[in-house]
Amino acid sequence: MKQYKNIIAAYAIMILLIISVGVLQSWSIALTILNYCLISAVMTIGANIQWGYAGLINFGIMGYTALGGLAAVLVNTPPVKEAWKAGGMEMIISLILIILGVYLIQFILRKLVKSKKRNYLIALIIIIGFLVVRYISGPAIENIEAVDPAKTGFLGGLGLPIIFSWIVGGLFAAGIAFVVGKIALGLRADYLAIATLLIAEIIVSVIKHEDWLSRGVKNVIGLKRPVPYEVDLQNTSWFINLVEKFHSKKLQLISSMSEKQDILNQLVIDASSVYVKLCLAGLFLTVVIILLILTQKALYSPWGRKMRAIRDNEVAANAMGKNVVKEHLLIFILGSAIVGIAGAMMVTNDGLFTPGSYRPMRYTFVIWVMVIVGGTGNNFGAILGGFVVWFLWVEAAPIALFFINFFTSHLEETNPFKTHLIESAAYFRFLLVGVGLLIIMRYRPKGLIPEKINIKKI
Amino acid sequence: MEFINAIILLLNYTIIPALTYGSQLALGAIFVTLVYGILRFANFATGDMMSFGTMIAVLLTFYFQSLGISFGFLPTALLTIPFAIIGMIFYMLFIDKFVFSYYRIKKSPPVQLAMVSVGVMFVTQAIIRIIIGPFDRRFFDGEKFILKATEFKEMTGLNEGLTIKSTQAITILVTIVLVSIMFWFLNRTKTGTSMRAYSDNEDLALLSGIDPKRVVLITWIIAGVLATIGGVLYGLDKSYRPFVYFNNMLPIFAAAIVGGIGNPFGAFLGGYVIAFAEILVTYAYKKFFTYILPDFLEPDSLIQLLSTDYKFAVSFSILVIVLLFRPSGIFKGKTL
Repeated sequence: MKQYKNIIAAYAIMILLIISVGVLQSWSIALTILNYCLISAVMTIGANIQWGYAGLINFGIMGYTALGGLAAVLVNTPPVKEAWKAGGMEMIISLILIILGVYLIQFILRKLVKSKKRNYLIALIIIIGFLVVRYISGPAIENIEAVDPAKTGFLGGLGLPIIFSWIVGGLFAAGIAFVVGKIALGLRADYLAIATLLIAEIIVSVIKHEDWLSRGVKNVIGLKRPVPYEVDLQNTSWFINLVEKFHSKKLQLISSMSEKQDILNQLVIDASSVYVKLCLAGLFLTVVIILLILTQKALYSPWGRKMRAIRDNEVAANAMGKNVVKEHLLIFILGSAIVGIAGAMMVTNDGLFTPGSYRPMRYTFVIWVMVIVGGTGNNFGAILGGFVVWFLWVEAAPIALFFINFFTSHLEETNPFKTHLIESAAYFRFLLVGVGLLIIMRYRPKGLIPEKINIKKI
Repeated sequence: MEFINAIILLLNYTIIPALTYGSQLALGAIFVTLVYGILRFANFATGDMMSFGTMIAVLLTFYFQSLGISFGFLPTALLTIPFAIIGMIFYMLFIDKFVFSYYRIKKSPPVQLAMVSVGVMFVTQAIIRIIIGPFDRRFFDGEKFILKATEFKEMTGLNEGLTIKSTQAITILVTIVLVSIMFWFLNRTKTGTSMRAYSDNEDLALLSGIDPKRVVLITWIIAGVLATIGGVLYGLDKSYRPFVYFNNMLPIFAAAIVGGIGNPFGAFLGGYVIAFAEILVTYAYKKFFTYILPDFLEPDSLIQLLSTDYKFAVSFSILVIVLLFRPSGIFKGKTL
């Protein structure tokens, strides 16, 4: 129990902080922060599997997050029948052609001996395939995008509940991670970081610009939530009764009937937003707990020990007969899949998909800071890192504003220096996160909650 | 005549812009490669360090303009470059002293240094945004064109015009001069040789009495010069916006790796490879083919391999291809 004392204390402080936001600012903001903390926690679990368990740097988190978001769109939006009529057939043919091309190349790679001729043949197949696919899909894409471009202009999805997209998002990310891993995993650590970062950029730019698939920068809005809507709740009698009961003492003090009704309405509106966010938080928490249990089990299983052995000494592990390449690929896929799930969860939370907002700053580097600050190789640490860093990321601006006002209180309101600082309060979050990372790297390189390995003594 | 028209068209829309953009990337890529070769880590703060140097130049330009100082037909920003370089070098040495040197002396793995550079990236971004804000700023002044399209048409009587912006000419000239000096320094002087020795084999270099502190100091000085000039040239040609500079880190990395990371000459060429690939693959060749093909073969589509949206994606795909077939880059990397 003693070894868990630190962890419990750290989490207690974190929860207290979020509650204090609820008391000082508003419960709605506190729950928004909590939801994002939970989503960040899922991402950090994914990144931690790769970095903490296996020592792989994956700077492509943004790409897998975007894939998860794409999955949410493709699962949840209703299919657009006219678009399918306009060009669905051609798109399916193109897809089949691409798959055939990949199989053909694989076949050539397997059957022919390594030579210049083989390389030229493969290049030829790729170029011809590219031109053929362009020829078939080009007009089809134009037709699809012409179908009511203000509202749809894309093929649409399956019209299923968005919860399914969490699994689909994981599968999408896993599929792409398989390809990326095959290409990039042979590289040295810092090369791998750069390569994954750039590949993620390619993935995002495809999602951003293939309007027939994802509507691109036109964004998809109005994705259906897995939890009730505020408007519906505000008209449900049991919910209004619940709020009335909850606030009965406060309401009794008011004598006027119409005033009472007004206040009750306001309370119901506030409560409905809190209720919706609580429901989402419940769903996210379930995912986090399931993942936490699975990853903890994996970490202390023979497989987890094998991964640590590979991380700590690749050559020795290889000599012991462990298949390093295969394990690296596996863990790369697993970690990316978890990040994909988080991406789908985030779109579920927002109810909209905005490919333009997927930037490496926010999705890759901040997540990495979370993992390092929290504690690499320790799942509790990684999750805590997600909470702490996200909390700072959101609350940095108000905190900075408070300090600016405090230190410049002797200056006049119109002082240009003061107004400039107040205008740029939002950017103090970069400073806070950067300095935090540097300090942790220097003085606590293993993170807030370091990795603990229990070695049984004989 | 048709043929010359076609060539001028290509020159105007692809070759000159690509040369300009390539020069800007090349300076950044040499910066990345130097830091990688001598200090032995991938510097994720590259884009933001360039941005920092440019910020000083932008602020000084505005100050000079308010004082009424100008540089004739050349942009005022060129006058401010020396001051910006000094500021940049001081900032880099400051960061090195308080952040990087600790890990260098401890001989931490490169990955850890790369992570630390992510922290530096955050801090630098914050400083830039707090000082100058995230907005788009144009600081170009002076003569805009060396050769205008209409003048060129009058001069030659061709259909196609050729425009040469003064920023393009400045960029290419400055890059050639700077890179020549740098290669002369690295290959011919004693200090340059000692730097290459240090990059090749640190222990052997130390044994031969090379002072590591001096090597590191000079590396940061060269890095500061390259970063500032590269950043200012890019800003003059396009405009200065912190976010764009951060994003430029990606093609710069691609250029450095394609050329063979650790190899300055490779990085120099890598910049042009990336720039030409980006522009040639996303250029619409319709007009070009209407000039050179006979009438009955004239194309009716745009003849564009990929839409311009995929500009960045092209350079990254090249990187992936290079990594697949020649992981050490076109020119063998890891030596200076």
